[in-house]
Amino acid sequence: MDQNLRELYQEIILDHSRHPRHFGPLPAANHMAEGHNPLCGDRVKVYLQVGADDRIADVSFEGRGCAISVASASLMTEMLMGRTLAEADALMGGFLHLVKGEDAGALNEDDRERLEVMAGVSAFPMRVKCATLAWHAMKAALDNETVAKTE
Amino acid sequence: MNANVQMGIYDVDALRRDFPILSREVHGRPLVYLDNAASAQKPKPVLDAMMSFMTNEYANVHRGVHYLSGVATERYEEARRRIQRFLNAAYEDEIIYTKGGTEAINLVASSYLSPRIEPGDEIVLSVMEHHSNIVPWHFLRERQGAVLKWVEVSDLGELDPADVARAMSPRTKLVAISHMSNVLGTKTDLREIVHAAHERGVPVLADGCQGAVHGTVDVQALDVDFYAITGHKIYGPTGIGALYAKRAHLKTMRPYQGGGEMIREVTRANVTYADPPMRFEAGTPPIAQTVGLAAALDYVEKVGREKIAAHETALARAAQSRLKELNGIHIIGEALDKGPIISFEAIGIHAHDLATILDREGVAVRGGHHCAQVLMDRFNVAGTARASFALYNTMEEVDALIAAVGVARKVFG
Repeated sequence: MDQNLRELYQEIILDHSRHPRHFGPLPAANHMAEGHNPLCGDRVKVYLQVGADDRIADVSFEGRGCAISVASASLMTEMLMGRTLAEADALMGGFLHLVKGEDAGALNEDDRERLEVMAGVSAFPMRVKCATLAWHAMKAALDNETVAKTE
Repeated sequence: MNANVQMGIYDVDALRRDFPILSREVHGRPLVYLDNAASAQKPKPVLDAMMSFMTNEYANVHRGVHYLSGVATERYEEARRRIQRFLNAAYEDEIIYTKGGTEAINLVASSYLSPRIEPGDEIVLSVMEHHSNIVPWHFLRERQGAVLKWVEVSDLGELDPADVARAMSPRTKLVAISHMSNVLGTKTDLREIVHAAHERGVPVLADGCQGAVHGTVDVQALDVDFYAITGHKIYGPTGIGALYAKRAHLKTMRPYQGGGEMIREVTRANVTYADPPMRFEAGTPPIAQTVGLAAALDYVEKVGREKIAAHETALARAAQSRLKELNGIHIIGEALDKGPIISFEAIGIHAHDLATILDREGVAVRGGHHCAQVLMDRFNVAGTARASFALYNTMEEVDALIAAVGVARKVFG
């Protein structure tokens, strides 16, 4: 098996895809949006509960998709928890650079390390959309749209 | 090589040399191209015919009085007669050039069926249609109140002509059905369906985008009213396809797009239209592509359509039975009479992950819904992986497919 594949399907990615964190609807959500990849039919719904202090108090997702899209969504929910909206926005910006193989300088050291598992996607341009699906949905939800624009 | 020659059908290695792309590598491995149902690769005679035409004989068609215009028009009309022979149509003017199967079906929807639809009129189609044979009918539902009547397929993916007959009513205006499913490979019993429809005075459109590639088609023997084909799946170029339509229907059909070439006379106050087929061919057509398509049909007939079908079926049967032997692989579409198209799921592996891993092993398959979401819903899957075979595939490539699926199962442990 080639090295790129090994990096793409790391154990931690497979683990997130088999056991997604924060999976299921969020009754207390005050932001929600859906992402849809018409190429493969994958769908993801992202729920956010944002407090008066503009911090993400809770977050979840549900849907079906490939290992990359589910793992990416799962990882995203873990990382968003407790962040301010401005921090969430910066995180997404850095993530998009990372999966396209660009300089993700905006990310701090800790975030970069945690997101590094997704960097293997950059060697698979056809799959970048899988990795970004949930993130676009999250962005749409925070922008008070209900449907994500996928670039 | 011996194994393939021993299949006794033809020397596949010799044919492979006609397809330059097959000698390339992807990701450092020999290309194993099993995405033929999406589009087939092109043999040198097709490339040469187009290059030679554009180098030596090119001009616009049906326009000028100059020498090259005459030559180009002759080649263009010769290609039409080539398609006529390929489908065994009675008359050359029953062949309308389109940009592909999609446009052929849209043409029928717009020029034939739309003027005949009253609210509540019905269109019968199967759940295994490609979106190109669904969405044009949805247009008539949205715009004119047509009702779509869906014919189910069995768990094996078989379509019972009796179910098509049962779906018809006095309000049925058209039966639109695939000659071969692009997902399941199922061959439909078109003759039986046409017979049942004609008994009720209903015309039949067949989507032949796969059917015409993997067997012989005789539109007169089938007595089918409309038959849509596309060039790029039968080793020809993209941007060219054709609609076969019976003369009697064409005479009654209104124009499709308006423009040059499709008119008889245009004045400030009025316009009159050319006779078929020109009436339906507005604008400058893809001229070199018709020459390429004719060369592709020559190529296929030279190899032999029955031989190709036998070769492909042998490969697909072997691939399907070997996939079935693997644990956790589920075949979708096991009709008794099927073409060389195999859809499968690997339990616990999404079709796109599977296709990505296969790709890294050099094996090109399609993963996804294959423009057949109604069918995906029927089988309750988000998508499938699909391996589809062409005249140039080999038993070694079946081995490569099976080995690559093994790698995917290892990755996902």
